Amino acid sequence: MRLDSMIAEIGGLAETQLAAAIEALVKRDTEAATRVVEADRRIDAIQAEIDAFAIGLLSGRRPAADDVRIVVAALRVASNLERIGDYAKNIAKRTVPLAQVEPIGSTAQTISRMGRIVQDMIKNVLDAFLTRDVGRAGDVRTRDREVDQLHTSLFGELLNHMIDDPRRITACAHLLFVAKNVERIGDHATSVAEQVCFMVRGAAPSDERPKQDNSSFTVVALPTDDSYPNSLT
Amino acid sequence: MPKLSSVRGMAPLLAWLAVAFLGVLAGIPDGKLRVPATALAGIGLVGAAVSALRGTKRSDRTADAGIAPLLGPVIDAIPDPLLLLDAGRRVLAANAAARELLGPRGTGRDLSLWLRHPEVLDAVAAVMGGERRRTVTLTLPVPVQRSFEVHAVRLDEPARPIHAVLVLHDITLAEGAERIRTDFVANVSHELRSPLSSLVGFIETLKGAARDDEAARMRFLDIMEAEADRMARLIDDLLSLSRVEANEHVPPQGEVASLALVEEVAATLAERARERNVRIEISARGNVPPVQGDRDELTEVFHNLIDNALKYGRPGMPVHISIRRVDRIPELGGAGVAFAVRDHGEGIAPEHIPRLTERFYRVDKGRSRSLGGTGLGLAIVKHIVNRHRGRLSIESTLGEGSTFTVYLPVAGEAPAGEAARAFHKSVIGTS
Repeated sequence: MRLDSMIAEIGGLAETQLAAAIEALVKRDTEAATRVVEADRRIDAIQAEIDAFAIGLLSGRRPAADDVRIVVAALRVASNLERIGDYAKNIAKRTVPLAQVEPIGSTAQTISRMGRIVQDMIKNVLDAFLTRDVGRAGDVRTRDREVDQLHTSLFGELLNHMIDDPRRITACAHLLFVAKNVERIGDHATSVAEQVCFMVRGAAPSDERPKQDNSSFTVVALPTDDSYPNSLT
Repeated sequence: MPKLSSVRGMAPLLAWLAVAFLGVLAGIPDGKLRVPATALAGIGLVGAAVSALRGTKRSDRTADAGIAPLLGPVIDAIPDPLLLLDAGRRVLAANAAARELLGPRGTGRDLSLWLRHPEVLDAVAAVMGGERRRTVTLTLPVPVQRSFEVHAVRLDEPARPIHAVLVLHDITLAEGAERIRTDFVANVSHELRSPLSSLVGFIETLKGAARDDEAARMRFLDIMEAEADRMARLIDDLLSLSRVEANEHVPPQGEVASLALVEEVAATLAERARERNVRIEISARGNVPPVQGDRDELTEVFHNLIDNALKYGRPGMPVHISIRRVDRIPELGGAGVAFAVRDHGEGIAPEHIPRLTERFYRVDKGRSRSLGGTGLGLAIVKHIVNRHRGRLSIESTLGEGSTFTVYLPVAGEAPAGEAARAFHKSVIGTS
């Protein structure tokens, strides 16, 4: 089906963009980052193609219900993938200022680890979409939990870095956004998984998906004379 | 299925396939040769074979059904993943290596359903557009990072319906060597950094908030002592690893009475064994000849293996060391002595076993740390055993325990030239 290969193409681009963005971040390679920013246009172009193609399908004749469902799912998935591309582009943009300051501990490696899991998720949801494999899509939803856990721990780590040395706040703020972007990409991958379920079964999975991101509630105590540093307790 | 008009029609085809096969076999890589050129020559012949086949039967647009059955065995013999594409970028056939790497996606479908990497699709577009050949690098990040050189090659006109061939040549090993080096530096810094930052943290606390807190002070000092010990152990292990590596290509000269050495090492670990309520049993079958080796290094091997067995064995269950002469060391040849250290612990899942000797590889990070492991013990064992032209084998059953067996050559019976070369091949490029 033509739509499938278009989704495969935009998905392949999103995967590659994310991998390239994270590699550029870890290697502090601003040239590679700039290439990622520029390549985002291709994703937007394919999304526009998918939109046009889908509208053509829906308006040309009276399509069967199953076909409509596939087209709707593909439209949503394309939009998820386009957002993933945007986040990758944003990571690449932040790589440029980050490469100009000292690395913040091993946070880039942790982000790379999050990125690895998210890449695995995207690969699996795309394969699940293209093979209509609901089971495989379901596995992805549980993996998102790992990403959320890593995000929460990274969030705390970055707060500690900022408290330790206010000169690092700029870099840490960029890294907070980068981590958040990766975490959001995981959410979009999960949403693609839900579309696979919708496409095959006609309904999104009913159970509430597992959430493990507590960064919104994270509070880091400032060290004072009467409390031990947070990292030791 | 292709309808061949007569038996006679098959003769040229079979001849072509045979030639193609030889071409392909000539191109089988041994891990070091750069294959694509020869492999592609073979593929060119496959294309020619297909075209010979095309001449004997009706022309058929959707070639999938026509060529796949005959081509299958030939392309399956090619070790690199390979896809045959028609003019519309559809996959006409994929060989076994490609199906294994990419998963079966069904032939006759668009290439993007098999490989959606934009650089690959661009290369194919360029080749379809008239370019003779284009090579790009492809990295598949998950589940295990692998890198490929992807060759997109346009076939000559007579090879229709196959318009292009895509070959994925695995270059992970070459890329990996460089990564291992950088990862190692990063790992060492990380491993040293964590006990150090914990020390720094406690020192700050002791100078500040916990200054007058007697109980906290003693507790913190104990932790600090443990962290300092951990750093010292790590540095010892790093030094011994680099010493072993420096000598790895110089075979050891001495002779070691192995049974006595094992008993000696076991005696030094007796105290720890008592703590964990473990009995160390040593059994030697028959007459154990001396092995060729460096006494200090072999002490370290047995120490690490027995210590691991004590750590990961089940308290109360014995650790068993059996020593026997073998006529032939597996894979290396030559007479040797086998030392098998068996524990009755939880065992190790099969996916971890090949990676156990990697530096800093831990099955369970927290547990290894809490037991005082540096993550280097088995890497050291492997390098020492390599230097001794011996072999380490690991067998494990979940729930039953693990056996680490070291084979060392009997003194004066070093492996013959052939085996020594094979040995070198097996050693190079490992962690």
